[in-house]
Amino acid sequence: MSAAQAALAVTWIGVTLYALFGGADFGAGFWDLVAGGADRGRSPRRLIERVIAPVWEANHVWLIFVLVMLWTCFPPVFAAVASSLYQPLTLAAVGIILRGAGFAIRKTMHDLVEQRFFGAVFATSSVMTPYALGAVAGAVASGRVPLGNAQADPWTSWVNPTSVLGGVLAVGVCAYVAAVFLCHNAVVAGDDDLVDYFRRRATVTAVAVGVRASRDRGAPPRLLICSTA
Amino acid sequence: MGSVGVVHVLAAAPADLVAARQQMALSLGWHIVLACLGVGLPVLLLAAEGRYLRTGDERYRRLARQWSKAFAVLFAVGAVSGTILSLELGVLWPGLMSTYGDVIGLPFAMEGIAFFLEAIFVGLYLYGWDRLPPKVHWWTGVPIALSGIASAVFVVAANAWMNQPRGFTLLPDGTVTEVDPVAAMLNPAFAPEAIHMVFAAFMVTGFLVASVHAARLVRRRASELDALAFRVAFTLGAVIAPLQIVAGDYAARFIAENQPVKLAAIEGLEETQANAPLSIAGIFEIPSGLSLLAHHDPNAVVIGLDSVPPEDRPPLIPMLRASFQLMVGIGTGLAGLALWWGVAWKRKRREPTSRWFWRAAVLAGPAAVIALEAGWIVTEVGRQPWIVYNVMRTSEAVTEAANIRYGYYGLIVVYAGLTAATVFALRRLSPPSVEPQLPVPPADEIDEADEIDEVDEMDADAGSPG
Repeated sequence: MSAAQAALAVTWIGVTLYALFGGADFGAGFWDLVAGGADRGRSPRRLIERVIAPVWEANHVWLIFVLVMLWTCFPPVFAAVASSLYQPLTLAAVGIILRGAGFAIRKTMHDLVEQRFFGAVFATSSVMTPYALGAVAGAVASGRVPLGNAQADPWTSWVNPTSVLGGVLAVGVCAYVAAVFLCHNAVVAGDDDLVDYFRRRATVTAVAVGVRASRDRGAPPRLLICSTA
Repeated sequence: MGSVGVVHVLAAAPADLVAARQQMALSLGWHIVLACLGVGLPVLLLAAEGRYLRTGDERYRRLARQWSKAFAVLFAVGAVSGTILSLELGVLWPGLMSTYGDVIGLPFAMEGIAFFLEAIFVGLYLYGWDRLPPKVHWWTGVPIALSGIASAVFVVAANAWMNQPRGFTLLPDGTVTEVDPVAAMLNPAFAPEAIHMVFAAFMVTGFLVASVHAARLVRRRASELDALAFRVAFTLGAVIAPLQIVAGDYAARFIAENQPVKLAAIEGLEETQANAPLSIAGIFEIPSGLSLLAHHDPNAVVIGLDSVPPEDRPPLIPMLRASFQLMVGIGTGLAGLALWWGVAWKRKRREPTSRWFWRAAVLAGPAAVIALEAGWIVTEVGRQPWIVYNVMRTSEAVTEAANIRYGYYGLIVVYAGLTAATVFALRRLSPPSVEPQLPVPPADEIDEADEIDEVDEMDADAGSPG
């Protein structure tokens, strides 16, 4: 294995860990978003908050890890991807800010209206961020990022079928991972209603993500990024 | 002459260079305040909780717990505002990252590890108040403080490298070889910048937290913890403030030796000269003052702006000069305030009773933040037009993507909202006021009995430093 392949393997582990741990956090935000009104959504939201709160900051480290690996081991690739895809990456950045801040601040609020506002910020940006990152993956996988300084088309590079697929899959996989994780925590907490609640959601998202992924084989993903340049 | 340089640089640059620089300045300038609190607050938490462990005084535990709620919000906001900086490095400065990403990767990787440890222990600390034995809980705070300091040191190492690039060989065709990440990280500017930055973090935290509590004391809206809180926080700022003068002098002399044009810009020295005078706030001059300050020798030659062509001089020289003088002025003022406090403490074992001290204490926190930002402007704008000093121009590093400015405008809105929401949340967290008993200051109306209590208690504490 060459040094480049080893570095790629380590980076890939980082991406996987971010998808798993960070993904569970983002997915929890997705379930927070669709948990319904204040009354109906109270108990799942409470579980989400309790489970995610102590860990979500630490999980950010995998994103930082991937970025640092990328720019240290493959600097021209990092520069090409980041400068070409500045639109979805700016969306992801804004999403990361709003999500973390919204979540942390919601906890300090006692008033329902305020909780709702910061909760909505947290939940919406929890969907926006994985979508944007998935769209980035789609742009890279479909060879739409040439090497160089911002050489890609600013729009079609990330608004295209592969990117949409990447974004939707990212949101779906996050939702699935989170539902499994929350289901496990509901089991630990001994809350049978919530176990059921998240088990159903995990099953549905697993099937939906699987179907979506298998039906979209039009453009086989290319493995090595930026190789077209 | 400086303005000619600005025009030249702007004309040669891609259209959105200014927007890219402003976006980076906004993101960094915003994050640096949170980062400082992330470095300093754990020290305050350890001090307060440690005192509870030694004395058994429950008030210190309540204080640490109260502060830790604010820390939770600030750490979260700081974590996200820091995360996006690594994205922005690539989004805004692909020229820098594609050429030198591997050279400066190491300190960022180390910072990542430090942040990871910090975040894990923050989780343990914040959720361990009622779950861990008190001593174990205190110890979970120690890695937070250490890794907070380590994060700051590593990030500053990367910035120091931009000022004193080392650890690579640049070939004539523009490619970089013989990369030595360790030499890059341990560049000559590392020590002066890192020490100055860590001290700044402690000062900002100490004075800012003290300000919040001083304001409540002065307005007589204090809870019983405010006097204790002020004392713990102000002590941190006051102890560091005099040391920062030494660290600042070290940093300034380093710049005089290694980045003379930056020094010339912040001092407004047009011509290279011996016995260079020091201009104070543009009002009066001390003969040979600058030579003395920069090289500790009144006859030393100080390099002026005329040593390099206009296009190699920093832009915005009046702003640079003002920032530098603001930083030095505020730093000196804070050290003076610390001295006042120290003398009063030595004599009477309590804070000064003068209203003027308390007014100054309320202003000390915002002033420390202004000094922090001014110092950051000095080091960042003073390095211009170089992103990597004397090696790569900022205009060569910037993205060629069009319309970066719209992302910047969007981020202005996001940061404004974030600031408002953070302040709102912190205000929500502050405990309800207790009327009108004041445990300590502002002392003109102080209750004799309370005062004696405090003195006794502090005498008892004086035996156990830390």
